[in-house]
Amino acid sequence: MDPSFPVLSLLIFLPLGGALLIALLPGKHTPTHAFWQNTPGTVQQQARWIALGTSLAALIIALVMFIIFDRNADGFQFVDEFAWIDAQSLGFNIGYAFGVDGLSMPLVLLTGVLSVVAVLVSWKIDLRPKEYFVWLLVLETSVLGVFTALDLIFFFLFWELELIPMFLLISIWGSGNRNYSAMKFVLYTVFGSAFMLAGFLVLGSAADTFDIRELRGADLGAAILPAQAIFSFILIAFAIKLPVFPLHTWLPDAHTDAPTAVSVLLAGVLLKMGGYGILRLLFTLMPEVGADADLALAIIGAVSIVYGAIVTIRQTDLKRLIAYSSVSHMGFVLLGVSALGVTGMSGAALQLVTHGLITGMLFVMVGLIYDRTHTRQIGEMRGLIHYMPLLGAGLVFAGLAGLGLPALAGFVAEITIFLGAFGQHEAPVLVSMLGVLLAAGYILWALQRSIFGPRDEKWAGLTDSNHWTEFAAIGALTALIILLGVYPRLVMDLLEQGVTPIVEQIEAVAAMGGGGG
Amino acid sequence: MLSDVNLLGPELVLMVVGGFLLIADLFIKHRRVLVGVTVAALLGSLVYTTALLSEGFVGNDAFNGILVFDHFAVFFQVLLIGAALAAVLVSQPTLARLPSRRGEYLALILFSTAGLQLLAGTRDLIGIFIALELTSIAQYVLVGFHKDRWGSEAGLKYLLTGAIASAVLLYGMAILLGLTGSTNLADISRYIALEGAGREEALVLAAVFLIVGFGFKAAVAPFQMWAPDAYTGAPTPIAAYLSVASKAAAFAILIRVFFEALGDDLLAEHWKTIFAALATISMFVGNVFALRQNNIKRMLAYSSVAQAGTLLIGLAAISADRSELLGASGMLFYLAGYTVTNLAAFVVIIIIANQRGTYNINDYAGLGRRMPWLSGILAFALISLIGLPPTALFFGKIYLFDTAVQSGLGWLAVIGTINTVISAAYYLRPVKAMFVDQPETEEDEPPVPVAPTSRGVLTTLSLASLGILIIGLVPSLVIDVAEQAVSAILS
Repeated sequence: MDPSFPVLSLLIFLPLGGALLIALLPGKHTPTHAFWQNTPGTVQQQARWIALGTSLAALIIALVMFIIFDRNADGFQFVDEFAWIDAQSLGFNIGYAFGVDGLSMPLVLLTGVLSVVAVLVSWKIDLRPKEYFVWLLVLETSVLGVFTALDLIFFFLFWELELIPMFLLISIWGSGNRNYSAMKFVLYTVFGSAFMLAGFLVLGSAADTFDIRELRGADLGAAILPAQAIFSFILIAFAIKLPVFPLHTWLPDAHTDAPTAVSVLLAGVLLKMGGYGILRLLFTLMPEVGADADLALAIIGAVSIVYGAIVTIRQTDLKRLIAYSSVSHMGFVLLGVSALGVTGMSGAALQLVTHGLITGMLFVMVGLIYDRTHTRQIGEMRGLIHYMPLLGAGLVFAGLAGLGLPALAGFVAEITIFLGAFGQHEAPVLVSMLGVLLAAGYILWALQRSIFGPRDEKWAGLTDSNHWTEFAAIGALTALIILLGVYPRLVMDLLEQGVTPIVEQIEAVAAMGGGGG
Repeated sequence: MLSDVNLLGPELVLMVVGGFLLIADLFIKHRRVLVGVTVAALLGSLVYTTALLSEGFVGNDAFNGILVFDHFAVFFQVLLIGAALAAVLVSQPTLARLPSRRGEYLALILFSTAGLQLLAGTRDLIGIFIALELTSIAQYVLVGFHKDRWGSEAGLKYLLTGAIASAVLLYGMAILLGLTGSTNLADISRYIALEGAGREEALVLAAVFLIVGFGFKAAVAPFQMWAPDAYTGAPTPIAAYLSVASKAAAFAILIRVFFEALGDDLLAEHWKTIFAALATISMFVGNVFALRQNNIKRMLAYSSVAQAGTLLIGLAAISADRSELLGASGMLFYLAGYTVTNLAAFVVIIIIANQRGTYNINDYAGLGRRMPWLSGILAFALISLIGLPPTALFFGKIYLFDTAVQSGLGWLAVIGTINTVISAAYYLRPVKAMFVDQPETEEDEPPVPVAPTSRGVLTTLSLASLGILIIGLVPSLVIDVAEQAVSAILS
């Protein structure tokens, strides 16, 4: 491929283009004398097919990039850049710069996969379908932008852009207390990004650039705040997004009330923005502070794991249960990062990918079951498996993957994290292992109480999974979870390549500090 | 002498036509003719400014230095003409409902605009006072133009508090004149540099009085009490005009006075403290009070107080060496973005009020389905006011916050960003009402519009909303102009 071809920009803005196309579809308000008129049914048809086509095209581009990605080269690849605002005299130099490296490439691919899944599970949306798919695609663009931005201002831009579609998706197409949840989600995120922006501006004005590549290793001595303060400012935003105890309270609400596809994307890729940010920005730009904060991060991680797991046991709503289990699983990311080694960090990055697939699948299954039973209460679903063997099996499979069954994706990530972190932080790791036990408990217990049990005649009229979109979504996720479980090298190589420069930098700092002290 | 008058040309055009309109009001009842003449006057003034610009009059001054024609003045003259044009074009439905005094209404807008233009182009205390009174008196009448309960209350409140603010301003000017022996900003600056040491307290006192006077016009807390009532009681186009034009000109003169006359290092630390404190108060007062408003005009009034606070961040950054330029150009950039954003928001509100007769946010429920384009534009403008991408004020906020950080005011940037969170809570309410909520009563046919939406209104709206997007996507366009404008007053 011609190296100057802006394939990455094409990938990022393709969903946005699809969204525009859908937005321009003539709606049912179009006057009857219009050149091309539509009934609501055909609008839904066209909207979802365009959405599927766009997200599939984006997935194919991401897949091609993944395949031709040079696994031996250092640094960022597929870089697209030009100067957006060039006012160097003012200390203002913002570049449009996007690129992928080993860390972001798997996450970009994950976003591509889950976006397609999200469109597939939204196939039967009939409430304002046009707008729905528009916002879903805008969401994909903003997430792709976050994962590939090489400029802090653009990172922030896409980070904020994601709020608008999320707010509308939850508050229009959600269920339950959706207005409250949507507002809570927005306010939590904006609160975090307030601090993040302040941190970015301090970094940028100290180094006279917002480019991540130039900021790496830049002298931050001129910053008006100590590096620890900048680190904590930016960490607040990522900790809210990840989320980490005690900043997680928005997550169960948002998850529970969001429509299925949005839950999938929220758990699958939006939370990953937090983990990605910690690795990409905090540890890349301020390795020395990160290296000092390792124990604190490990303890916060362990607390999140155990607290999340304990709270999960008590949940009676399946979606809420999965949401809290996410808090627990995202604690592993923090634990892996705190190990400061290639093993732990690549394990943390792998956890981002595998949790995206597994929790995405869990939400898909719960969403599909809910579409039929109209309940998510664990106590009310007894005996469901007799009537919906396929959906039940899918839920069991995803649940087993979630509790870390060997040969499935989740196991590899967790074991890598434990291996990496044990040498560094024995006590937090031991405590975290409790989380694995609890995970086995809450998942098996929840499965047993919900879908198993004696036949219940009230489910007799319900059909099992019967639409090709559902088969496609379930099949793709199942295949990927097994694939990553048996052959994790597929992405592990990339992730290791991605975190190696971060670890080298930490070691360099540690060596300097050791020499000086 | 002739060239002196020449520099006053853009304002003279407005005043002469304004005077003509007052007389013509007696004979011409045709609304279109009156509006046409007004628009022609505003465009004429714009052409005059451009002609002066291209004929190389930049840097000239007139009337013994009272009036100056530099890029800074031109920047604001263009901005103010734009705001005035928008106000006149969207005033058509308001005018249609007026039984008489249509010419008077338009003439007052012209007078007020001439005053604001003078304010941006003067570098003398006397000139400042004359310009401020010219615009204020016209605005008092405009705010109270509707002779109903709210209109009268708004007008009277604006007049009384405005008179006090003018008095305080004049007092500050008198002290400054007494201290320095001159009303010319350049002379004052020279005096402070030579003999200012030891007289800081008196200078700061005078400056505080000046800040009260200008802060009143800019609706900076704690001098904002008139704003909510004035915005609610005034004809809505006038509220839009006040919220952008008055604010822009007030910040223009604040920048000029505090950069040209009082920008000495001797006093810089004081300004930093004062403006940082005012910015903090203004942002919190505006945002917190806006949270509880149900009337969208009142909400935007408090929002404009908060936005004034955000702008003050730029002034607080006055002292650090490099940021001096950055702070001022950041404010100019923000003002440009704020002007198009607020105008777009107000135009949509005016259209909605004309068609549905309501300013209540709760009545906006379900509008997103009935008027998707208008609701979309209002939502876009509100998103810009929050400072989310891809809009003009997203970058405007980053610009100002970065200015604060560069001049060592990191805490102010944090306060600014926290206020962004608070503001999101109320700016999103109309968005939620329009797109999420369902109207209480399902109506098949919308109520008969009071007045059809004219081409002028739609043109204004499209230009303003395009402005939001273009400034948001290609900020360097405005940054370059803002930098050029600011370098004029710092040379």
